[in-house]
This record gives sequence, structure tokens and C-alpha cells, in this order.
Amino acid sequence: MRAVHERLGATMTEFAGWLMPLRYGSETAEHNAVRSAAALFDLSHMGEIAVTGPGAGEALDYAVCGQPSALAPGRARYTMLCAPDGGVLDDLVIYRQAADRFLVVANAANTAVVLTELRARCPGAAVQDETAATALVAIQGPNASRILSRVTDLPLDGVRYYAGAYSQVAGCPAWIARTGYTGEDGFEIFCAPEDAERVWTALSDAAPGPGGAGLPAAGLAARDTLRLEAGMPLYGNELGLDVTPYEAGLGRVVRLDKPGDFVGRAALAARAADGPRRTLIGLVARSRRVPRHGYAVLSLPAGAQVGAVTSGAPSPTLGVPIAMAYVEAGSAGPYGIDVRGKTEPADVTELPFYDRSKQG
Amino acid sequence: MSVPVELRYTEEHEWVAIDGDTASVGITDYAAQSLGDVVYVSLPAVGTAVSAGEPCGEVESTKSVSDLYSPVDGEVSEVNDELDDDPGLVNAEPYGAGWMFRVRVAAGSDGEAALPPGLLSAAEYEELTKSAG
Repeated sequence: MRAVHERLGATMTEFAGWLMPLRYGSETAEHNAVRSAAALFDLSHMGEIAVTGPGAGEALDYAVCGQPSALAPGRARYTMLCAPDGGVLDDLVIYRQAADRFLVVANAANTAVVLTELRARCPGAAVQDETAATALVAIQGPNASRILSRVTDLPLDGVRYYAGAYSQVAGCPAWIARTGYTGEDGFEIFCAPEDAERVWTALSDAAPGPGGAGLPAAGLAARDTLRLEAGMPLYGNELGLDVTPYEAGLGRVVRLDKPGDFVGRAALAARAADGPRRTLIGLVARSRRVPRHGYAVLSLPAGAQVGAVTSGAPSPTLGVPIAMAYVEAGSAGPYGIDVRGKTEPADVTELPFYDRSKQG
Repeated sequence: MSVPVELRYTEEHEWVAIDGDTASVGITDYAAQSLGDVVYVSLPAVGTAVSAGEPCGEVESTKSVSDLYSPVDGEVSEVNDELDDDPGLVNAEPYGAGWMFRVRVAAGSDGEAALPPGLLSAAEYEELTKSAG
């Protein structure tokens, strides 16, 4: 795929040991293409780990916060792998591809940790790293379904959000899932690395643009602003070993009601009872100066630091800088952000910043 | 990537065009491409005294923020207000409509605008960006 990206003029960046496209031209244009039409992403850096065997579902129930055994074949769920103390080791999407086969998709930087933990926690199942044998091409945006339907026989109307099916794209075998990290409708296509270019080109050609251009490609920079607008956490920013899912406002992924023990259960139950120590909030800056990761969040007017920005960027859709931040539980606004020595006021807003179901 | 030969450059990736006692300043194509889409440029007010090598503004892009340095000593005589509405001009035309501010440069003993030592020629700047990778 590297040749494809270079042909498209990509600026490449080193990410978790992978050389990935950061942007092809204007990252803002790539972002807007996903919001208004569709764009292609190469996400082959993501980790894919297969957990298989008759006991795979129950084994995963012990390993992660959710209850993969309760998933019907063909369905997917967002979940987390926690440490015994409740800290987040990684956030995952788990697809039940068949009765006895689960595909665990991990962040590139955490794949090795997830693999080690799953092997240790799932003695009753086979755990195999399929990352190197799997390419991941995503098509995201309101036109994604229409474009993908031109190159696959899979009836996409029958594929619900967070569901997937084995089929073909441009004649290549693929697992096609209606998932993504952009806040738009879209699909993620898992295929063999040697088929990735063919899948990519078929999708690109299925949506001819002006001047012979195909479907636009989008890089990691656009992916980051898209997920931030959609209020989706990024491991290393909103998630890490020092937070539990409850701090991140994602307590719903912890299934304390499932049968049997799981790693982190006692600590997470205590956290659920005590309430989170910190709260993840959304902030919209009143100034054009952009809050960035790590900047202090201050309680105004006194100016005491009550938290820190986890992710911040100029929002292409809203036209103003937005940020997610952790603040101490019980702290109240109004808030300001210390933007390199000058306090810039910011308004608290409900997450997500952007919700496609609320758009006209 | 373009590096016009008639301009002078700084190691901080600004360009300078000298016309009489006025220096026009912007950031280079290389800088604009490295930053990504510019979303906001904070410029010094007209009348501000600026010093060569000292920060006098900020350039915000999607991924990062960078200080903007004055390449010369003098007083800001004009700023590009167009950038307030359309900061993308910095990416589209870094040497043209994306210019940032103008400085009235004090005259030296020879009556010419006194430029600080260390401004780079186009060839020297190109060399710098190549060695930066």
C-alpha cells in the first residue's frame, strides 16, 4: 500500500512502528469529505488478534470488561481490556465472526500488550496475532454504503451498525463491518494484505471525482479530528492505565452484571460504587487559540487548576477549537484553558461535539 | 516545494521581501506544508516594535502551534487582515496572498534599511530544509 500512498502524494508519519499516511493534501478537506460524502482510510496498522475455539466467548468474558459470549455471530461490540486495578490497557472492538471465532481489534501501539494479556487470560482458547496477515481499509462517510455496494455483492442494507459479514470486495475475500472511528456511517474492510491495493483501487474508482480523481483518501490527521468531534476517546489521550472506564464516561462498557469473574472486576465495582475521581468533559473555546493535549484547565475566576486537556484541535465542522479534558469530580465551571500562559475562556458542552443523527 | 530566489529567509522558516525601508514577512512553503492546514494566525498590532529573532505572533494549524518570529528590527507598519477570515491563504499562497506583516526597518548608517546578519539566501535556505529532511 505504500506505493499507493506515495502516488497520492501522502505525507507519511511513523506511528507505533508503522509508516502511515498523515495526510494526502489538506487534512481539513479530507475531514470535510468524510462529513459530506466519503473518503478512504488505510488502517492496516491496527492490531488484529483472533480468539478461537469452543471456549473462546467465555474466555474473553474473563479477559475484558464486556461480555463477548453474549454477542450473536456477525455482531460487534466496543469494549476495554483492563488491568487488575481497573486501569485501561486498551480499548477494543470485538467482532464475533463465527460461533467459535472472535476478532479483537486493538490499537497499534498496544497490540503486543493485548496479545500477551489475552494469551495469559484465555487459557481455554487459541489466541493468534493476525496483524501482519490482515490489511484494513475503511470507507467512511454518508456515501460509503452507496459506493461500497458497487464493488461487493453483500447486501449492505442488511448490515446493521456494529455488525459484520464475510463477503468479497472487488473479488477479494473480506470481512466487511459497519464500524468506524469518525462519527459517520461507514465500513471497515479486513482483507489480506496482498488484496489491499485492489480493494482500495476498486473503491476509489467506484466514486469517480472531477478531473479523473477517485474517492479522496484521508490520513491519520483527519481521523483524529473526526474522532474528536464525535467525542470518541483515543488511547494515550483520554484512556490509559491511570483511568478506569468510569472516568472516561464509558462505564456502560463494564458489565458488572455478567456471570463469573473478570480481570479488574473488584476494582471496577468499587469505582462504580464510589463514583469517578475525574470527569471527562467537552469544551468549546471562545478564542481561536487552540487548546492542545496537556494544557491546564482552570476554574474561573479564581484560576486554580482543576484538570488538563486530553485532546484539542480546531474543529473543521464547527469552525472553532474544541477539546476534551479531565476535570476533578465535583469541579464546576466556568472554565478557562491556559493556552501558553494566557487564560482563554471555554464553554462546557455535552459530548459528542458532532452527532450525525442531529444534523439536518 | 518552492523557494523564490529573490527572497531572504530565516532559520525559523520565515521569508522576507525588502522594498526600500519596508520588509514584508511570511512563512515559507516548506513551513506551511510541514504545519498542515493553518487555521489561525495571531499577528502583532500595527505600531508594535519588533526585534529580529524574537517571537511576535503565532501560527496555529490542525496539529500544532508555532511561534512566528520577526526576521528584522523595526516597527510593524501593516498586517494582512485577510488571514483573519481566510488563514488557508498561508497554505495556498505562502509567498503571495498569504503574507503576514510588514515592518518599517530602521535605516543603517549608510541610509539603507539595516538588515540583521544571518538572513539566508534561497540557496542557503534550501540547503537547510534538505538537511532537516
